[in-house]
Amino acid sequence: MNPEDVIICRCSDVTLQDLYDLFEQGYETYEELKRIARVGMGPCQANTCGKMVQWEISKAFGIPLEEVDIRNTRPLTMGVKLSSIEAQADEE
Amino acid sequence: MKNSAQVVIIGGGISGCSIAYHLADEGVKDIVVIERHYLTSGATGRCGAGVRQQWGTKMNCMLAKKSVDFFENATEILRYDGDIEFKQEGYLIIASDAEETARFEKNVALQNSLDIPAKALDRQGALDIVSHLNPEEVHSATFCPTDGHLNPFTMTDAYYKAAKRLGVEFYTYTTVLDILTENGEVKGVVTDKGNIETANVINAAGGYSKDIGALAGIDIPIYSRNHEILVTEPVEKMQGPMVISFSKNIYCQQTPHGGFIMGRGDKNAPKGLDIGSNWGFLDAMSKTLKRLLPPLAELRVIRQWGGLYNMSPDSQPIIGGTKDLKGFYMACGFSGHGFMLAPMTGLLLAELMTGKTPTMPLEALSLERFDDAESFESEQSVV
Ligand SMILES: Cc1cc2nc3c(=O)[nH]c(=O)nc-3n(C[C@H](O)[C@H](O)[C@H](O)COP(=O)(O)OP(=O)(O)OC[C@H]3O[C@@H](n4cnc5c(N)ncnc54)[C@H](O)[C@@H]3O)c2cc1C
Repeated sequence: MNPEDVIICRCSDVTLQDLYDLFEQGYETYEELKRIARVGMGPCQANTCGKMVQWEISKAFGIPLEEVDIRNTRPLTMGVKLSSIEAQADEE
Repeated sequence: MKNSAQVVIIGGGISGCSIAYHLADEGVKDIVVIERHYLTSGATGRCGAGVRQQWGTKMNCMLAKKSVDFFENATEILRYDGDIEFKQEGYLIIASDAEETARFEKNVALQNSLDIPAKALDRQGALDIVSHLNPEEVHSATFCPTDGHLNPFTMTDAYYKAAKRLGVEFYTYTTVLDILTENGEVKGVVTDKGNIETANVINAAGGYSKDIGALAGIDIPIYSRNHEILVTEPVEKMQGPMVISFSKNIYCQQTPHGGFIMGRGDKNAPKGLDIGSNWGFLDAMSKTLKRLLPPLAELRVIRQWGGLYNMSPDSQPIIGGTKDLKGFYMACGFSGHGFMLAPMTGLLLAELMTGKTPTMPLEALSLERFDDAESFESEQSVV
């Protein structure tokens, strides 16, 4: 399949070809790729693309999968409306 | 890794990358940047991406104004192939009461005297610019249309690529462990990947600058503190400018990508190097937001994180050398606004180190200004 047609990150619209281009330019870790291409920064917070990016890094640089640093997971685990937080907030 | 260099820069944030570019641009050869993780892994990649010139001290105003002049042309100057997303749609600073209004009016007079096109607005003037503000929370406001947003990742990348083209070498995932000195002069740095002999070290280590100073035996009067921030899901464009209030403790802007980023400080957060995320931040932020910008409370938060403010005694940066150690230079103590000042940070240090007359006088940015506790003027316009 044409790497330009393979979507890796649906939230930020990053294709497999985009990853190949970034590897070529020297961005080799998940954290570096995230900051240039926004992969994993969208509403799903890398729940879709995280594993795939790890796998592509592993293949591209010949690093065993279990040694590829995975993304840093940050709160919240799912999107929450600020007004819902406000409604539950502690009184001053 | 090379074992000697003309200049070793510690820290691959916006400051280190800008300094590297400007030094190389001034003709300095053999420059090395050492970064413990990846570029932008420090405060730079965690910041609010805001660029403003509406400051309360002359020095901060001048640094910010000249930096904006650079950002306006940065893509061409640095020949960058990406998008730095410099969006100049202004900063709207909200005053909560008569006292703040009076202070801001003075600030605007200072800003105008330095060619910064800020203006004072009444409540209606503020609402004309951001209509979803809660009028009850607004006493008055000031607005500068040339302030705005800039992407920290790509801006750093632009400096990095331009510096690399000029021959600068970057060592990422490399940690500086020690600085070697002899008879009051810098001799080299020790890293976990080897030693580099050098006569010039630049401390651009952000939140870790005090520790880097200590390695060289220089006591820098700065400390670090965690500042938290969040981003929402991307939505259709609904807000042009950054909205900020010092008294309400909030800054909030919509990025070109559509997500809103917003942050606030916590004076009770312990000093130190922790950058964890706390529930209390979401709690306080949701309340302030709901009061000041009610419709934005309907947005979903998708991520929160923290980063270090590196605070100096007057909330202005320390840029320069020190008489106590030849070859040791500092670019630290940015006090929460070092991203937007980076062009001047790089230019001023490069001018100083190559013996040129600096674009701006450096005394007010020197480490020595703090020797006389009475002599410095503090910046009040900070979140
Ligand atoms: C939440 C938040 C919001 C902010 N919002 C804004 C804003 O809107 N506008 C603005 O202008 N500023 C803002 N700031 C401030 C701004 O982020 C900083 O002033 C600026 O990024 C500092 O850049 P720097 O390059 O000096 O430091 P950093 O970006 O912190 O870089 C220092 C680097 O040094 C490295 N390092 C440290 N120790 C060592 C070592 N021993 N060996 C090797 N490397 C080392 C670190 O890994 C780090 O990458 C904000 C800060 C925070 C935390």
